[in-house]
Amino acid sequence: MRSSLILRAGVAIAALVMASTAMATQFDMTPGVTEISNKVFELHRFMLYICIVIAVGVFGVMFYSIYAHRKSKGVKPADFHESTLVEVIWTVVPFVILIVMAIPATRVLIAMNDSGDADLTVRVTGSQWKWHYEYLSYGDEKDVGLAYLSVLSTPRDAYEHQGKGLFNMSKNKPDFGKNPHYLEEVDKPLVIPTGKKVRFLVTSDDVIHAWWVPDFAVKKDAIPGFINEVWANVPVGKEGLYRGRCAELCGKDHAFMPIVVEAKSQADFALWLKEAKVKAEEEAKAAANSVDYKFADVAEANKLGEEVYNGKCVACHQAGGVGMPPMFPALKGSKMATQKEHIKDHIHIVVEGKGAMPAWKGILSPKEMAAVITYERNAWGNNSGDLVQPSDVVTK
Amino acid sequence: MSHAASHDHNDHHHHELAPFWKRMFTTSNHKDIGSMYLIFAFTMLLCGGAAAMVIRAELMYPGLQLVQPDFFNQMTTVHGLIMVFGAIMPAFTGFANWMVPLMIGAPDMALPRLNLFSFWLLPFAFSILIFSVIMSIMGLGAAPNFGWTFYAPLSTTYAPASTDFFIFSVHLMGISSILGAINVVVTIFNLRAPGMTFMKMPLFVWTWLITAFLLIAVMPVLAGVVTMMLTDRHFGTSFFNAAGGGDPVLFQHVFWFFGHPEVYIMILPSFGIVSAIIPTFARKPLFGYASMVYATASIALLSFVVWAHHMFTTGLPLAGSLFYMYMTMLISVPTGVKVFNWVATMWKGSMTFEVPMLFAISFVILFSIGGFSGLMLAITPVDYQYQDAYFVVAHFHYVLVSGALFSMFAGAYYWLPKWTGHMYNTKLAKLHFWNSLLSVNLLFFPMHFVGLAGMARRYADYPQQFADLNFWISIGGFWFGLSQLLFLAVLLTAKKGPKVDAQVWEGAEGLEWTIDSPAPYHTFEEPPVVK
Repeated sequence: MRSSLILRAGVAIAALVMASTAMATQFDMTPGVTEISNKVFELHRFMLYICIVIAVGVFGVMFYSIYAHRKSKGVKPADFHESTLVEVIWTVVPFVILIVMAIPATRVLIAMNDSGDADLTVRVTGSQWKWHYEYLSYGDEKDVGLAYLSVLSTPRDAYEHQGKGLFNMSKNKPDFGKNPHYLEEVDKPLVIPTGKKVRFLVTSDDVIHAWWVPDFAVKKDAIPGFINEVWANVPVGKEGLYRGRCAELCGKDHAFMPIVVEAKSQADFALWLKEAKVKAEEEAKAAANSVDYKFADVAEANKLGEEVYNGKCVACHQAGGVGMPPMFPALKGSKMATQKEHIKDHIHIVVEGKGAMPAWKGILSPKEMAAVITYERNAWGNNSGDLVQPSDVVTK
Repeated sequence: MSHAASHDHNDHHHHELAPFWKRMFTTSNHKDIGSMYLIFAFTMLLCGGAAAMVIRAELMYPGLQLVQPDFFNQMTTVHGLIMVFGAIMPAFTGFANWMVPLMIGAPDMALPRLNLFSFWLLPFAFSILIFSVIMSIMGLGAAPNFGWTFYAPLSTTYAPASTDFFIFSVHLMGISSILGAINVVVTIFNLRAPGMTFMKMPLFVWTWLITAFLLIAVMPVLAGVVTMMLTDRHFGTSFFNAAGGGDPVLFQHVFWFFGHPEVYIMILPSFGIVSAIIPTFARKPLFGYASMVYATASIALLSFVVWAHHMFTTGLPLAGSLFYMYMTMLISVPTGVKVFNWVATMWKGSMTFEVPMLFAISFVILFSIGGFSGLMLAITPVDYQYQDAYFVVAHFHYVLVSGALFSMFAGAYYWLPKWTGHMYNTKLAKLHFWNSLLSVNLLFFPMHFVGLAGMARRYADYPQQFADLNFWISIGGFWFGLSQLLFLAVLLTAKKGPKVDAQVWEGAEGLEWTIDSPAPYHTFEEPPVVK
């Protein structure tokens, strides 16, 4: 009787272990691609198996007791209720198991903590709800001077489906055929070279975010006023796209600021870096020159302005400019966006930011800022007729 | 001492009691106030549950289906706050009010008027919080939307105006908890019947005594952190504002210095309830009573030195991470001792499986599952992958729902006949048990998987690969939510069943089973003598 029970339990454990290995990708942690992430994965499995063995042991005894020691079988209760020896055993044995767990855990943690001797350093800055990547140093190059924003590229209408009702949800799903990487795609991924140690300096401009790339076993909080270090070394041969996400609640679009890291071979990375720098320089020059551009009329500025608004402003100020007061003020019908005497303030807040409003200088060109201010002053029935020219947008 | 004093007291010896709805404003009777706490907690359970239903409905299918992400965040926030501060904690205080005096042979709580005051703070505290949600639904500005952990600066510089309601509400809850805890401590220290030495007290009394000390130690810290938020928001301080020289991580240290003992505040009384029920239905005394007391005290002490395990990803130094990892792992030793003692109590007993026992056994198993995932979360390098993912959500719901809440169902089914004098509808109660057991696992077990596969918590929408499991999680959620209406039905029909005698359960021991069922309005006016 008892031996067949033990046999059955053994089979059950074996089946569990096999099943859990097979289900790895959908149901378990990813082993990831770096040496560290593999170690973390092994540690996770090690912990899981120990827990399963303990659980089967303890619950096995309990279920046996539930099966065998029931009143309906006429069992008379024993009256033991104390044993110092047993108490000592089941205090000491778990303690020993804990030491067995702590040793590999400490080793991996020490290895993860060593962020020295990095080849590439990238500053990662979270802000509501986008990531800002700045390449600081690469090998001998101490000032790479490349920086860009990375934002979700899944279009809003792919996920905003509200208002179709509780009972239409199953028909109201996003079109995964059209957006196979729904909520996991960005306009400009972070690009890193393989076979190099990349150090990320993680910080934030506003609230706390967390930069999480499961394939690297990297998750670090992005905290305003702090710079946290974390690193990854993607082995050569593991080139590809790695998708992650923000892991710390950071406001309404927390679920909509994914991370994509593109690992390229060193040669491809060098090429990409060169091209990206040239392109960035051209863009900066064009932006600077755009001060001299003159919009022919409100309609022309509106056209560009609407694009900019839907790209950068709509997340907070909402479609239709209704905002989300009091955090994100409405623009529709607001004093700021309709009255002539507030044009200067309107320009100033867009350029320099205020509170939750980020400063857009350096991100948008004067032409784009002029366009979006014009758009805000004329759209949604604001109809002020004001035309703001790039030269009006003073960036110091 | 106070026994003699209360004897002459003229509001005792009523023969005609005013109806409950009338005397609830003036009563100082521990049984009345205990019932008020329990009814309030169950009401809050339904409110917090309603918020959870909105969350699960939104997450049933990918795509933003029903609500705006900001409203989704408001729902996760009020769900957490209401369940922690409105359902679990007041329910335990309700059990303490009812059972501590009956278990130690006291005529009432030591500070009866304070008792009534600490109860009546709660409806006001939660009306304020819920009012902010109603305003949000009416479109008058967002309710608190920064999660129940309200990390700064999202809860200060970037928070909606209703945050001030939230702060005031938390202050009221805190005062209520502290007063309730003081009352429990004073009662247990002063009103034990002759012969009821500390090491003879039922484990429920012990666990509540230790819980009360935890409450007195950490609720002021919570009050402190919300006050710092308030001055940051309105009086120009910069405790948590990096731009003003403050430190957002300080917030998390202060919050979790409260928050981790808080976790044990919500589980230690469960240990006490389960330690009362298992011996009754195993017809065998609790195994290792003394070691249970020591284990509870060790858990409480350790709970003060583990708080930063909630903060491994904030960039703790290596030495800090190692310290908090080791300390956290250590907690599993006394917790393990408890589980082993319960199993040893069942071993060679003569078990029957009435509804309280069913809930108690599922508590032991499901709470242990939460304990195992807790041990995994303690391991810092792996915690980097678990942290802020659904794995954590699964972990703490196993501990709080199939742990704390199940223990309270067990306690309610155990003592309800003593309270009402009637056996409840056991068929309906069993139906409640089996539905709860199956649905709670369908609800929370797959959360481990989506979490490990990479789904972050507090997400209003998710990528394709999480869709299948989230559908089933939502089904489990609705099923679990509806199952609780069965409990409501059991409560509403509680007095319709057959009358019970004083003993109620064959194997039950303790002073509460020496008094009549239903428990008379005044008990132990002459203190019993415990041998």
